[in-house]
Amino acid sequence: MKHLGYLAMLLFTICGSFWLEIVLRVGVLRQVKRLVITIVPVALIFIAWDAYAISRHHWFFDPKQILGVHGPFHIPLEEYLFFLIVPIAAIMTLEAVRTRRPGWVIGDEQVQE
Amino acid sequence: MSYTSLALSGVALAVVADLFILRTRLLRRKAFWTSYAIILPFQLLTNWWLTSRFIVSYNPNDILGKRLAAAPLEDLLFGFSLILAILSLWVYLGRKGFAPRKTR
Repeated sequence: MKHLGYLAMLLFTICGSFWLEIVLRVGVLRQVKRLVITIVPVALIFIAWDAYAISRHHWFFDPKQILGVHGPFHIPLEEYLFFLIVPIAAIMTLEAVRTRRPGWVIGDEQVQE
Repeated sequence: MSYTSLALSGVALAVVADLFILRTRLLRRKAFWTSYAIILPFQLLTNWWLTSRFIVSYNPNDILGKRLAAAPLEDLLFGFSLILAILSLWVYLGRKGFAPRKTR
């Protein structure tokens, strides 16, 4: 079970945010194109940062507490998933705030008459 | 570059993107800071999980050494820049016509 240590954190993040999709109907997962164009460029920058940090030993992972699957640049699979799940969770939070506080301007409001 | 200087650069880049490149100006919006206030405790909690159990460890030479809930202070900056960059681009794309249309 110990190798699921990092994965557990990702599952917690999914549990903590994805319910907003069902309960508050934030509609984030339905906007696939917008999600992809948002996440890909930012994730690429952060993956480059991660690759550099790992190569320079700024940080390192306990091999016993991760799945042991590595992608390019010796980055563990969990890290790649982190840069997918955490952005979605953040976007869901912003959209949840929008549904609860409709009067607050976010900056992308589009109203069709 | 140390984690400290990279983390500061990350925040600077995200702030410049929000205010001047994408011009979403989320840093001036209540909705952004409310979202961040909701996300922050979860970041501290998940970071605490990863660092206190040594799932991820840091080279002491590359961080200031100040820690908050077991995680290096730099992680806060890392998280902030990730969240600001993502939300800024999300809102920018919404402005460019990617947001679902609502009828009044």
